[in-house]
Amino acid sequence: MSGRERILGNLKRSLGRDGLDVNAVAAVERRLASRNANLVPKRAARPHAEQVDLFIEKATALDITVARVGGLADVPGAISDYLAEHNLPSEIKMAPDPALDGVPWADRPMLKITRGRAEISDAVGVTPAFRAIAETGTLVTVSSADRPATLNFVPDDHVVVLNASQVIGTMEDMWAGLRADRGDGDMPRTVNMISGPSRTADIQLTLIKGAHGPRRLHIVLVDDGAA
Amino acid sequence: MQPTSHAFKQNAKRAMVDTPLQESLRRLETGFTAARQAAADGLPEFEDLRDEARGIKNHVLEHLDLYLERFESRVTEKGGQVHWCETPRDARNAILEICRKVGARTVTKGKSMVAEEIALNPFLEENGIEPVETDLGEYIIQLADEPPSHIIGPAVHKTKDQVSDLFHEHHQKYGKTERIEEPEALVAEAREILRQKYFDADVGITGANFLIAETGSTVIVTNEGNGDLTQMLPRIHIVVASLEKIVPTLEDVSTILRVLARSATGQEMSVYTTFSTGPKRPEDLDGPDEFHVVLLDNGRSEMLGTELQELLRCIRCGACMNHCPVYHAVGGHTYGWVYPGPIGAALDPHLIGLEEARHLPNASTFCGRCEEVCPMRIPLPKIMRHWREQAFEHHVSPSPERFAIRLWAAIAKRPMLYHLGTRIAMAVLGRLGRRRGRFASLPLAGGWTGGRDLPAPEGRTFQAMWAARGGRTGR
Repeated sequence: MSGRERILGNLKRSLGRDGLDVNAVAAVERRLASRNANLVPKRAARPHAEQVDLFIEKATALDITVARVGGLADVPGAISDYLAEHNLPSEIKMAPDPALDGVPWADRPMLKITRGRAEISDAVGVTPAFRAIAETGTLVTVSSADRPATLNFVPDDHVVVLNASQVIGTMEDMWAGLRADRGDGDMPRTVNMISGPSRTADIQLTLIKGAHGPRRLHIVLVDDGAA
Repeated sequence: MQPTSHAFKQNAKRAMVDTPLQESLRRLETGFTAARQAAADGLPEFEDLRDEARGIKNHVLEHLDLYLERFESRVTEKGGQVHWCETPRDARNAILEICRKVGARTVTKGKSMVAEEIALNPFLEENGIEPVETDLGEYIIQLADEPPSHIIGPAVHKTKDQVSDLFHEHHQKYGKTERIEEPEALVAEAREILRQKYFDADVGITGANFLIAETGSTVIVTNEGNGDLTQMLPRIHIVVASLEKIVPTLEDVSTILRVLARSATGQEMSVYTTFSTGPKRPEDLDGPDEFHVVLLDNGRSEMLGTELQELLRCIRCGACMNHCPVYHAVGGHTYGWVYPGPIGAALDPHLIGLEEARHLPNASTFCGRCEEVCPMRIPLPKIMRHWREQAFEHHVSPSPERFAIRLWAAIAKRPMLYHLGTRIAMAVLGRLGRRRGRFASLPLAGGWTGGRDLPAPEGRTFQAMWAARGGRTGR
């Protein structure tokens, strides 16, 4: 008998269930098929424009910096400003995502852009987001051929280009969006919920930013008219 | 690790005179408790969410076999593999086999209590594979060659100076010859050294906070991002998790996440909550080629349907130890095994045997704070009491202790005898202690009076005074 059979056998015996228990199977199927949220806190139940404000407030409290811009045309300038502010070289590694193709990068010819996954030498990663959760100020990214997850973790600085229309209320709203995009049960390799720059308190409970992931997390929030 | 739980009393004596440890414990007591309270106060639905979280886990445990089967089929569909392991030995061997197949020389590791439970690091070393802990706390105690002392802050017992010494000693080989002291600089140095190791490792091993039946995903919750670098850069990602980590759906995980970080560190969300499903897709630019889930039972399936079932709701937040006066006094190492604090006192007797762990359920004041703050509402004091009864019934406690308990029981069950006995004892003690008002030492109670004085009774028992005031003293 394999370990699998023995473990499952033990579980069934402990649960006092031998053979197929149709009721139990039905209960499990029901639970898995229902997309019902459990209790969801009321905090983020508000009109979209206020959700965006709540997101900014929560994200800022998590040491995420946010630059709000009027349109995609302002993104290259906002990123250049950020690099200058932190004395960073004018060089970014960017996700090869078509969503970022609409940005007029050529307006900033000094900005050197390469696209692809992150390598150890990359200092600044620029990615789009999937959603942003107002309830807690959390960014959500999903991995794909166009969105390598290493960009979220390897560079010292992570810059996220987020559309205001991507701000939603809760985790539950985010899952609903993911299911609508991909179909039930189909998850990408990686879904990252990111609530601030990397940090640790492992030395004397002193909070230090930049443990292993990005030391800084910056959002360029694009008002795309949906708010 | 080899348990030293049988030596709890000696361990505790040492811990209580260990000045750096006591300093660290004081910091923990004030830091974590205040943070949790603020987080709980900041969410009006917090108490109701605890009820929901408990309900989710109760439902899962009643259907654990079915959810595990579903989880496995989802993992397989996505190109991953589940390895069912009854014992720590099975789990170690499964991991070794995966490592050997790719000729692994080094593995990076995210923080995992289950990896501690199966004593993975020494086993990998014996087999010529170098494990590199990447969580800063785990990295510190790996350098110190110590087990973790807390389930979410493994190096919480170390002071900054001790960390400075460790880094100074072990980082010379990387050309870091200067002894640095500031926490910021210490973190930066560890970051720099570990960075290359993520890229060089052949295999990355992480734990899992949750396994999701709906999608076949594994979830890790961290603040440092080390777990993510560990699982995305090497060719192989191995997740080691115990089987009760299952939750049904993405919505269910969301509910439990709302109580997890608040209970642990007082954050609303930990910095990184990462869902991993299968290996990288063919078109992906990064991610591991292989995805393995090593699923450990280690006696948990036997806990179902018993008094211990409720322990399987535990989400390892550490709130029980953060709020435990005994943990605050003696620290995690005193408990002598992987899981310290109240959860360890309730769980360890099952995992390492009551013989070894019999002191742990006694290491409690029964103040009940652990149960009060447990996000999953696990009745920890009740389970500790269960172990005390077991220890008595199965003759695990030494005979003098059992004799004393039997004597006490015999007297307590006979009210007449009890009243007479206490009246005499109070009168005698009252008279003997009349002059000084307290006793600095008493026969048979040296352990108690060693650290404090016993106030002398004023001559009458509570029951006698109650009766004198016209209260009811019995039927």
